[in-house]
Amino acid sequence: MSEERLFSLRNRWFTVTVGGILGVAAFSAAVGFIWLPSAHSDQPFQGVWNAICSAAGVPQQWLRTSSATPVPLVQTSAVAMTPQLLAESGSTSIGRGATVSMRCTMCHGVRGMSDANTPNLAGQYASVIYKQLLDFQSGARRNAVMSPMVSNLTDQDMRDLSAYYAYLPRPVALRSDAAPAVSVPEIVSDGAPMRNIASCASCHGGIDHKAGSPWLEGMPAAYTRAQLQAFANDTRHNDINEQMRNVARNMTPAEIDAAAAYYAGAQP
Amino acid sequence: MLNSKRLVLAHFWLGFISFGGALLLGAWQMWVRSPLHPWLKNPELYYRSVTAHGSAMAYVFPTLIAMGFGYAVTELALKKPLIGTRWAWAGFILVAVGTVTAMVPVAMGLASVLYTFYPPMIGNAFYYIGVVLVVVGSWIWVALMSINLAAWKREHKGVPIPLAMFATLAGAYLWGWTAVGAAVEILFQILPVALGFKTTIDVGLARVFFSWSLHAIVYFWLMPAYIAYYTILPRAIGGRLYSDLMARISFILFLVFSMPIGMHHLFADPQIGSGIKFMQSVFTALVAVPTMLTVFTICASVEIAARLRGGRGSFGWIKALPWDNPLMLALTFSFVMLGFGGAGGLINMSYQLDSTIHNTQWITGHFHLIYGGAIVIMYFAIAYDLWPHLTGRAMTHLKLMRQQLWLWFIGMIVLTFPWHFAGILGMPRRMAFYDYTNPEIAEQALSVVISTVGGLILLVSAVMFFIVLIRNHRGPRVVVEEYKFSTAVHESKTIPVALNSFSLWLALMIGLTLINYGYPIASQLLRSDTSVPAIPIGGPQR
Repeated sequence: MSEERLFSLRNRWFTVTVGGILGVAAFSAAVGFIWLPSAHSDQPFQGVWNAICSAAGVPQQWLRTSSATPVPLVQTSAVAMTPQLLAESGSTSIGRGATVSMRCTMCHGVRGMSDANTPNLAGQYASVIYKQLLDFQSGARRNAVMSPMVSNLTDQDMRDLSAYYAYLPRPVALRSDAAPAVSVPEIVSDGAPMRNIASCASCHGGIDHKAGSPWLEGMPAAYTRAQLQAFANDTRHNDINEQMRNVARNMTPAEIDAAAAYYAGAQP
Repeated sequence: MLNSKRLVLAHFWLGFISFGGALLLGAWQMWVRSPLHPWLKNPELYYRSVTAHGSAMAYVFPTLIAMGFGYAVTELALKKPLIGTRWAWAGFILVAVGTVTAMVPVAMGLASVLYTFYPPMIGNAFYYIGVVLVVVGSWIWVALMSINLAAWKREHKGVPIPLAMFATLAGAYLWGWTAVGAAVEILFQILPVALGFKTTIDVGLARVFFSWSLHAIVYFWLMPAYIAYYTILPRAIGGRLYSDLMARISFILFLVFSMPIGMHHLFADPQIGSGIKFMQSVFTALVAVPTMLTVFTICASVEIAARLRGGRGSFGWIKALPWDNPLMLALTFSFVMLGFGGAGGLINMSYQLDSTIHNTQWITGHFHLIYGGAIVIMYFAIAYDLWPHLTGRAMTHLKLMRQQLWLWFIGMIVLTFPWHFAGILGMPRRMAFYDYTNPEIAEQALSVVISTVGGLILLVSAVMFFIVLIRNHRGPRVVVEEYKFSTAVHESKTIPVALNSFSLWLALMIGLTLINYGYPIASQLLRSDTSVPAIPIGGPQR
């Protein structure tokens, strides 16, 4: 037995198994790459070579009609938001940002906090501030005050501003207009799954944080409510996948009020 | 002869302990997402539990059983002490350390990515490092199995390798090669991101690499069960193995065909061409061949046992079987579950039929029936058979063993049949919350409740299993007779070299992998536009 050579054309175990497997592979390849794709009448499958390429998954252009990129009817955000965007910043950037931020103090306060019903900036995620600034500049988000303010900022200015505000400590004191400690409303903790509303806390902190979502604790109730309403009636649409618009549209006015009031009173 | 009793016991016990913990989590998951429990407000807790359950059940438990059983088979079949006991302990420690390393971040909610990893979600690096340690520990086992066989072969030139050892090696080589896919995914794709060296990941490629491991890993889980079918069961019920050659052919077919077929898990993935999916579908169908061979051979072996005990008639012999023998029960239950599970599997592997049940609860029902049912019940049988030889004490609670196996069988049927049905109704898998008051899914509620009852029955059965094992450790000492594997009806003195060596089959396994995976991997490696930003998992980053 030990003299029997395995890897030899005389060994039937070798020839039958190797031949059999190659045969099955060739047969299934012929069916899967030539015969079945040929049953399609679509253009990418015309001809044997096209059929093989399509079945192999080689990217092809489908339904080639026009090469022109369609012009969007609504200005959408051009920012590619990733969890890693502006994750780190240098002290130079923070210092420059502090200087540039002088123009923001009128509304957002000396150190990123104000009672003017503007959003808190102190300690906000850098990527969040950066994205909103870019969107204001591009017109994806519009505001009578903010749009002109950012129109002449350079990209570096915006990165520096974001770094500076992210660097500031989060406020400890509650807002003067905050309702006294409200218990967490259901919309914040659980959402409303059957209306496709994830809980606020699953993106804005508490349960989880998703890239691009600001933390909201201590936000002026008027601001949060206004933004939710703007998302709901589509006057704000710089959430490119409509994640906030879909949520806000399905929220009841009572839920909007509850979420806004809760976040205004929550400790940052 | 069984010298390394402590080694084998350590593997089995750690395996069964991880199984017990994971089973508790599984039953809890069934409970909280059933209509019997109000919505678990924090879905992250659910995914945390699913990750722990899957990782322990898929990576730790079966690996330890295969390793421990492999060491036992080596000594019992080759009739010589294990070579490399220290290495074996090192492997065990790696698996144990890896398990803890992986489970700590999971328990802390830092790696709720499920055991299939699902990039671009990226959890804590220690989770993946722990999984890698488990795999490395098991690779030591693969090497030791190979070394021990080689040493034996040198001393026994031209003698057929004992079937149990041959089959163990087939399982070991299968695992050694199939683990490469997930290892590549973790080491070269996920860990660089988890450790902060990269911020993007090629998800399509990662899924292809995982599919390399994902299906063959099931056959690795299956191997101890099949080894028990062929080499333990016929002896345990007083019969003979119908055909030794058929057994070898089955194991070889598993070795060759179980690897390059994993893409039927990716039927809905757009990055794979339909032709490649079709080819792998064909090869998946071929795995039915060794399964059918096994069912035939084992049924024939069982009939031999029955006729030796005086069974008569075309079907009358079934009555003559030793139904009071727990192993007879385990085999029967295992085959019934394998039959139903296999039939469901044929649907999963069919490119078109799969689309009706892809990503539904049908799939979870399917793999629980095959793995938790057909395979795990044989792990119980192996433990019951081996334990007296490991402890030197008698198994005195046969009735409890039979009840335990009955309960596991009933529990698994009650768990998985409605589970399949819920899938056909369209219930998606991997979700933490279902509002059964919604009329669209209200009809799924009953199935889910019945499944939950099945889960609780399984929990009771597992408790009984632990009671049996623990009672054995305290049982009366007995002189255990020499451990024997089944003997074949016709013991052949010589067998073809093809059925007594692995080189041809390993070459075919690797060659077929290259044919079926070469293009999909190469094409995606070469494209530059396939990466997406990674999404870190692990609670609020504040």
